Amino acid sequence: MLSDEHLELRKTVSAFAREEVAPVIGDFYERGEFPYEIVRKMGAMGLFGLPIPEEHGGMGGDYFALCLALEELARVDSSVAITVEAAVSLGAMPILRFGTAEQKAEWLPRLASGEMLGAFGLTEPGGGTDVPGGMRTTAVLDGDEWVINGSKAFITNAGTDITGVVSVAALTDGLISTILVPTGTPGFSASKKYSKVGWSASDTRELSFNDCRVPRANLLGEFGRGYAQFLQTLDEGRVAIAALSVGLAQGCVDECVTYVRERHAFGHPIGHYQAIQFKVSDMEARAHTARLAYYHAAERMLAGLPFKKEAAIAKLVASNAAMDNARDGTQIFGGYGFMNEFPVGRFYRDAKILEIGEGTSEVQRMLIARELGLTA
Amino acid sequence: MNIVVCVKQVPDTATERKLRSDDKTLDRDAVDGVINELDEYAVEEALRLKEAHGGEVTVLTMGPAKAADTIRKALAMGADKAVHLVDDALAGSDALSTSYALAQALGRVGFDVVVLGSESTDARTGVLAAMLAERLGVPQLSQARKVEVNGSAVTIERVTDYGYDRVEASLPAVVSVVEKINEPRYPSFKGIMAAKKKPVETLGAADLEADAGQLGLAGAWSEVVDFAVAPPRAAGTVVKDEGDGGAKAAEFLASKKFI
Ligand SMILES: Cc1cc2nc3c(=O)[nH]c(=O)nc-3n(C[C@H](O)[C@H](O)[C@H](O)COP(=O)(O)OP(=O)(O)OC[C@H]3O[C@@H](n4cnc5c(N)ncnc54)[C@H](O)[C@@H]3O)c2cc1C
Repeated sequence: MLSDEHLELRKTVSAFAREEVAPVIGDFYERGEFPYEIVRKMGAMGLFGLPIPEEHGGMGGDYFALCLALEELARVDSSVAITVEAAVSLGAMPILRFGTAEQKAEWLPRLASGEMLGAFGLTEPGGGTDVPGGMRTTAVLDGDEWVINGSKAFITNAGTDITGVVSVAALTDGLISTILVPTGTPGFSASKKYSKVGWSASDTRELSFNDCRVPRANLLGEFGRGYAQFLQTLDEGRVAIAALSVGLAQGCVDECVTYVRERHAFGHPIGHYQAIQFKVSDMEARAHTARLAYYHAAERMLAGLPFKKEAAIAKLVASNAAMDNARDGTQIFGGYGFMNEFPVGRFYRDAKILEIGEGTSEVQRMLIARELGLTA
Repeated sequence: MNIVVCVKQVPDTATERKLRSDDKTLDRDAVDGVINELDEYAVEEALRLKEAHGGEVTVLTMGPAKAADTIRKALAMGADKAVHLVDDALAGSDALSTSYALAQALGRVGFDVVVLGSESTDARTGVLAAMLAERLGVPQLSQARKVEVNGSAVTIERVTDYGYDRVEASLPAVVSVVEKINEPRYPSFKGIMAAKKKPVETLGAADLEADAGQLGLAGAWSEVVDFAVAPPRAAGTVVKDEGDGGAKAAEFLASKKFI
C-alpha cells in the first residue's frame, strides 16, 4: 500500500495536471512548442527534485515518488511527463549516483529545482540498441582536457533555453566513459528540433561535438565504466517509463468513461453497448495490471533487491498497455478520436514511442530471456 | 507576526451534496471533503505575509475529525502549526455559532492578523469575517485583492463593483480575501512530508471556556425548516430573429416584468 505522503503527492500532481496542464497543453502540442511556464511551475512544486536528497536541493523523496508523479502527469500529457522523466532519471540521477562531491554541488541544486534541465546522450545515429557496436563518438585526453568528437541522435531536453548539461557517452581508448558537457561549450551544438509523430511539446534534438573541449574533471564516474553506468541508469529509467505508460493507459480510460456516457448512437449512449463496455473494461484491466507491475519493480528497487527482470517486464507490459489503450480509446471516440483537439488523439500519437525509447520491446524481451538463463 | 488563517473543509463541489433528513444539516459524512477553494488563497496570502514579515502561520479549523485532511493540506503548503476545533457539541453550527467558537479559539491562540476566504462554497453566507471581527473587537477588512502590512498598519485593496477601494486599519485585524489576490501554490513533496511532523492542537468545546448555549446547533440562530430538491429547469423560450427579433425579445422580457 502507498504511504499517506505518496497518496497526497499523487493527489497534488493529479490536481496540477488537470488544472495547469490539461487546459493549455493541446496548443503547445499543435505548435510543437516547449511549455516553459508549465516546467517552471513543476519546478516550483519540486517535481524535478523528487528522488534527490534535500542536501542537494531535492525533495528528499524516493524514486517511487517520481514514478507516481510521472503517472499522474502522463494521465493528462506525455510531453510534459517525458520532460520530467528525462531531466530527472536520465539527467540528474547519473550525477547523483556517480558524480563527485564537486559535480553534485555544481549541478544537482539547479537540476533538482527545475531551473536547469539535464540530458542524457547515449544513442547515436548509427545505433541505439547496440550501443557499443554503434558508438562513434570519441573523447581523447589532451593535457587536462577531454576533446570530444562525434554526434548523438534523439536526445531529450537537449536544446531548451534552460538545458544546462548533457552526460555524453564516448569511446575513450576503446572503452566507454561518460563525460559531462555543459551547454555553451565551444564545439558543442544542438540541431533544430526533430519533427516527431508524438511527444510534440517535448524537446528532442541531434547533438554534435566538434573538437569540443571540457576539463578532465568532467569525467562522470569511473573511466571505462560508462556503459555499465548507463545500463544501471536505464534499469531505473524503465520503471519510470513504465509509470509514464500506465499514466497514458489510464488517461485513455478516463477519457472513454466520460465519452461513452455522452455520445449517443441508435438511441442509447454508446456505453450502453456491451461491445463498448468490454473494450473499456479491457483497457482498465491493462492499466491496472501494468501499474502493479511497475509498483512491484519499484518496490524491489527501493528495497535494494535485484529488479532488472521486473523492470523489463514492467516496461514491456506497460508500453503495450499504453499502445493498446490508445488504439482502443481512439476507436471508441470514432472520428473525434482522430482529431488533435481530443486528448485521445494525442495519446494515440504519444503511445508508440513508449515501445521504443529507453530500450525497445525487443530489448525488454532479451533482458527477460537473459534473466531466465536463455542465451544465444 | 502571528498570522492565523481560518480554513474550512467543505464537500467537494464536484460531487452531489445532500442535507440530512433528521436535523436538516449538511451530510458531511456522505461526501468527500476538500479545502474550501477560497481558503487556499487565504493560506497562500498568509504564507506570503510570513515570507515578507517573518513570524508564524497557524491554521485554525473547526470541523469533524476528517477535517484533519484539510489541515494537513494547509500545513503541506507551508503553514507552521494548526489548531483543530473538534467536538460533537459544535456540530450543526450556523455562521453565528461558528463565529463564536472561532473567536473563543482565537482569543486563546492570539493573533496579529486573521486571514480567511470571503465565503465558503457550501453555505455561502459570506458573513463570518464580519462576525469574527465584531466578536474580537478588531477592524474587518473584507474582499481583499491585495494586502500589505506596514508596521502596525494593514492596507488592502477591497474589490467593489466599480473597481477597488484602498482601506487601511491598524493591527490586529481580520482580513478576508477573494481569488484575485494570488495564485495558491501546490504543496511540494517536502512540504507534504514535513506536514506530518507539524504540531496540530486539538481543542474541544470545554477548552473554549465558552457558553455552551451559544455553540453548535443549540447556539444557532438560523434553522432550516424545510428543504426540497431543486425543480428541473423548464425549457427556455427561443426567439428566432426574422427581422423583429429585438421587439420579440423585449416583449418576452416585459412579460416576465424584467423591463
Ligand atoms: C522521442 C525520442 C526520445 C529519445 N530520447 C533519448 C535520450 O534522451 N537519450 C538517448 O540516449 N536516447 C534517446 N532516444 C533514443 C532511443 O532510446 C532509441 O531510439 C532506442 O533505444 C532504439 O534505438 P535505435 O533507434 O537506434 O533503433 P535500432 O537499435 O536501430 O533498432 C531497430 C529495430 O531493431 C530491433 N533490434 C535491434 N537489435 C535487435 C536484436 N538483437 N534482436 C531483435 N531485434 C533487434 C529493435 O528492437 C528495433 O525494433 C530517444 C528516441 C526518441 C524517438
